[in-house]
Amino acid sequence: MDPLHVATFTGYVYPNETVIPWSVLIVVYPYLTGLVAGAFTVSSLYQVFGMQRFKPVAHFALLTSLCFMLFVPVPLLLHLGHPERAFNSTITPHLTSAMAIFGYAAGFYLCLLVLETWFAFRPHIVRESQRKGPLRWFFRALTLGSDDLSENAMRYDRKWIFALAVIGIPAAHGLHGYVGFVFGSLKSREWWSSDLMPVVFLFSAIISGVALLIVLYVASCKLRKIEIDLPCLKGMAYTLWGFAMLTLVLEGLEFANIVYKGREGIDTIMEYVTGRLVIPFFVIQFAVGAVIPILALSFMIWRGTTGRALVAGVTASACLVLMSVFMMRWNVVIGGQEIAKTGKGLLDYHLLIFHREGLVAALSVVAAPFVLLLLMTRLFPPWVIEAETLTHA
Amino acid sequence: MKLQRDLSSAARREFLGKLGLAAGCAGTVAAGVGALGAVQEAEAKTDGGASFPTPDYDWTKHRWGYGVDATKCIGCLRCVEACKKENHVAGDAHHFRTWVERYVYLEGEDKPRIDSQQDPVNIAASGSEKEYRFANRYKDAKVEKAFFVPKLCNHCTHPACVQVCPTGATYKTKDGVVLIDHTYCIGCQYCVQACPYGARFFNDVEHVTDKCTWCYHRITKGLQPACVEICPVGARVFGDLNDKQSPISLFIRNNRVQVLKPETGNAPNVYYVGIDKEVN
Repeated sequence: MDPLHVATFTGYVYPNETVIPWSVLIVVYPYLTGLVAGAFTVSSLYQVFGMQRFKPVAHFALLTSLCFMLFVPVPLLLHLGHPERAFNSTITPHLTSAMAIFGYAAGFYLCLLVLETWFAFRPHIVRESQRKGPLRWFFRALTLGSDDLSENAMRYDRKWIFALAVIGIPAAHGLHGYVGFVFGSLKSREWWSSDLMPVVFLFSAIISGVALLIVLYVASCKLRKIEIDLPCLKGMAYTLWGFAMLTLVLEGLEFANIVYKGREGIDTIMEYVTGRLVIPFFVIQFAVGAVIPILALSFMIWRGTTGRALVAGVTASACLVLMSVFMMRWNVVIGGQEIAKTGKGLLDYHLLIFHREGLVAALSVVAAPFVLLLLMTRLFPPWVIEAETLTHA
Repeated sequence: MKLQRDLSSAARREFLGKLGLAAGCAGTVAAGVGALGAVQEAEAKTDGGASFPTPDYDWTKHRWGYGVDATKCIGCLRCVEACKKENHVAGDAHHFRTWVERYVYLEGEDKPRIDSQQDPVNIAASGSEKEYRFANRYKDAKVEKAFFVPKLCNHCTHPACVQVCPTGATYKTKDGVVLIDHTYCIGCQYCVQACPYGARFFNDVEHVTDKCTWCYHRITKGLQPACVEICPVGARVFGDLNDKQSPISLFIRNNRVQVLKPETGNAPNVYYVGIDKEVN
């Protein structure tokens, strides 16, 4: 048989549990969704809340959100036993299923994102369609027959962008809260069955997206050899700092709830968290990935750090947060399955390297949005739009 | 398989019928309404239990239930073997529609030692993953109390697996059995996660979810499930809850029965006698 998920175990586990149902790809799936929601948050801070300091990354954030969103279904499709039947859940949705409704929520959000991106980049698209070159026809098709860039038309576009961004806030965040619900609503696993799960997922999504944007923005400035906009970076650092504290508190509360309630099976959970989970959970997710960045950001904000030190400190903190959120997803998805439903045993998930649901596949799915983003920034350079809006503002 | 397909298409027809009605009211998708209306009509003809799943079987007239008398089980595991053969379940240690757990309390120990036929020690004793045997591993120990507990899908009244299935491929029949349409399941395994009893597994051949059907292909022909039929001591009981004199009705009436994990609210339909507090 497929050796992928056959797990060794200790204690007593139900015989069918020795095949771990959800693999590393289901870790990647909420991770990508979270990055989408977080990046969109930054875009909305400018588009909806008018925070001018986020202007240099507003369009880039939108593009990032779109590129990652396009790859959200990929880990799911790779995981499905019958990916060719994936649309069964859309054609004949089972309305009590969180997963079926997720398809609609994700579809709606994707449409919204495409539409908002189109409006945001319309001036660029129209200009490129009028320029001579091999991509002229591509851009001409993208104009959808609308090449009016008059002040009236632009005002109309801005209204649309604002409206879409406003709808996008509950859509993006609802989408990710929903991912948390997929896990939190299951009563079969004590590790998942928590009312706080959707909220924890949501807040960790926001910090992961903001952290991603920090890293990408700094990297893009270095690549383009331009100066980093420090107020913008500091704004993102503030956002990361605030939401990271909230996330840490929520994650701590969730764990405290499980321990304090001490329901059936708690002995096995404690054996797990104080044993195999010490490094991935307490050390990487909490200490290195959450406490250290919060302390570092607090220090920089307190000391008024600026210049290269700020850039280095914030970027390093963002990298740690990205790692922490990934570990959070891992500890939830894989951790939940390593604690047997019997409450009397533990399983050991083995990650394969080369397999449809192995490490290489997971890394490829994570890497793909970055490649797409690189391509997209060539076709739709967000910096050009930012510069234009700066001039017109 | 065909049986499952028939039953599921009935459920799907019902859904499509409702969808058709909604679409009609909204006045949308004019072409679709016609097609769905036809489906609705077809459903009206077939519903009422005239022909499911065998020509003379009426699923509205039965309400199946299952009983396990753990005081009788001797752990021979013939039920596991019969089930595997009857239902073509993969012959390995990771896929079971039914299994048997052994609980052994040793002198001086608070917690029982639990294993089932899939434990590596038991596989070593039988010599193969396809042979099922409990190793005599406690022969030199002082055993205070020991018993066996057969397990299977509980065919819950409020099945969590059905609730989470995104396509409706897994569904509850009118006679109380939870089935899976293998031709419609997408293989997401959300139901595997949702089942608190570990009754579901992934079928690696068909790439869909699988589990016990109480041998639906047999019970609809008036036969017993294979595990019940093969049990040499009558530890497994099956019958129609609508029939007050059926083995299951008598089993429930004459015993103080309990179900597994009642706190989940799933309301299981497998009733146990003679199990201990550690069994879940």
